[in-house]
Amino acid sequence: MAMAEVLERAGCDVEFREAQTCCGQPAFNSGYREEARRVAAHFMKVFEGSEYIVVPSGSCASMISHHYDQPDPRVWEFSKFLVDVLHVEDLGARLDRVVTYHDSCHALRELKIKDAPRRLLANVRGLRVVEMDAAEECCGFGGTFSVKFADVSGAMARTKIESILRTGADTVVSIDSSCLMQLQGALSRAGSNIRTMHLAEVLASR
Amino acid sequence: MKLHQIQEALGDSRLQRAIYSATARLADGRTARVAEMPDFQDLRQRAHDIKQHTLDHLDTYLEELERNVVAHGGQVIWANTGKEASDFIVDLARQRGVNLIVKSKSMTSEEIHLNDALEAAGIETVETDLGEYIIQLAHEKPYHIIAPALHKTMGQVAEILKAPADSTAEELTALARAVLREKFLQAGIGITGANFLIADSGAVVVVENEGNARLSSSAPRIHIAIAGFEKVIPRAQDLSVFLKVLARSATGQKLSVYTSFLAGPRRQGEPDGPDEFYLILLDNGRSRVLADREKRQSLYCIRCGACLNHCPVYRKIGGYSYPWVYSGPIGKI
Repeated sequence: MAMAEVLERAGCDVEFREAQTCCGQPAFNSGYREEARRVAAHFMKVFEGSEYIVVPSGSCASMISHHYDQPDPRVWEFSKFLVDVLHVEDLGARLDRVVTYHDSCHALRELKIKDAPRRLLANVRGLRVVEMDAAEECCGFGGTFSVKFADVSGAMARTKIESILRTGADTVVSIDSSCLMQLQGALSRAGSNIRTMHLAEVLASR
Repeated sequence: MKLHQIQEALGDSRLQRAIYSATARLADGRTARVAEMPDFQDLRQRAHDIKQHTLDHLDTYLEELERNVVAHGGQVIWANTGKEASDFIVDLARQRGVNLIVKSKSMTSEEIHLNDALEAAGIETVETDLGEYIIQLAHEKPYHIIAPALHKTMGQVAEILKAPADSTAEELTALARAVLREKFLQAGIGITGANFLIADSGAVVVVENEGNARLSSSAPRIHIAIAGFEKVIPRAQDLSVFLKVLARSATGQKLSVYTSFLAGPRRQGEPDGPDEFYLILLDNGRSRVLADREKRQSLYCIRCGACLNHCPVYRKIGGYSYPWVYSGPIGKI
């Protein structure tokens, strides 16, 4: 919802196709290549005829552009779409918070996204951005990894939130909801009031 | 990977701090060195291309290597398995009446459990790399491919070396050094690994920081180098690429303290060096990896250990949670 609002504000005609499903990454990562291929075929069919497909997740965008048999050039991760396609960095947002940005693995390491979300955050009024020392470190989620190796996953999340807590920020922002879910869980368990927000939610704030 | 091992590692807060800070130090060192070199990615690519070319023409380069080693008066031993390599060393030690061997750090020798074989044959074997020496005294295996005692704190090292608990790093090193110097002088055989084998010059290149590999290869009467056959590179000048990449990636140094070029036994008129030189080229499953087009790339690895330092999983579960001596991402492959 927040992403649709931001895109409309940036002048796009936004369409949400209700037949859409998951991109197929959990199946793909678990070795179910054929099943993942079927999901990918469904993806291509659902989005037929659209000019751009904007994804509010580095992880899904990376799956589609790196692991589909035929990567779809219309697929863009949300922050990169705003900065590189629409050439918009200021969306007129306002949010009185101190935030720190978490680089998600797929966005940073596969899609090489590092500057775009930071540039968008820099133009939000009232917002102060504090970099954490371990911004590029994995949150420990890793999709099915968090289920298969829950202990390791939890330990990684705890190390990550130590870095977040050191910044004094009241909000963690990322472009991947799965990381945010992992971090929110770890933060709540540690008794912290820090909340997590998707970049789209920040940019939709006024 | 066993769950109880993982849980033990995760539950040990001292160990967690040790792994996290040591890997961060190594990774930060690499990042700083890489930032100084605008062409670092090109160098990596060139190193990759040389390795790819070499492994695609492996037969040619290995034969050239053997010819040149023999021309320098050395001998090449082709070992299909770890046991063949260990047996050769045990037999040679027996023939020459050697009962003390000094070793410098070699993951390849760990891979074939050489120390166990030598111990079983009643031959005293002493690790001379400080980290390896500590691990040997503690009866453990290397925790990290370039920093074997990465998981030990100073206090633990003092305990292992039977030194006072408040000993400084210098005092602990001096203590080990005093013992090891004697061993170098008494040993009949010195064993080293190899970072690179140079086909066109028949030389073994060993990169290290403590000088123990240089002593292991020159003080004893016999020098044996053991290496997987994938360590071969075509020409001495290729080192200008690999040496720039290796130390920067491994320890964040521009160059390691010692880079030794070891080519055969001492020649007439030379003051130092061994009387006999043997190079053991180990297969131990490498041919199978070579035959697999996709897995072949894992033989390009120069064992810098950087993937361990960056791996968020290794940084939590440590080096003993993997099924064999090579830990971390490359160990999994």
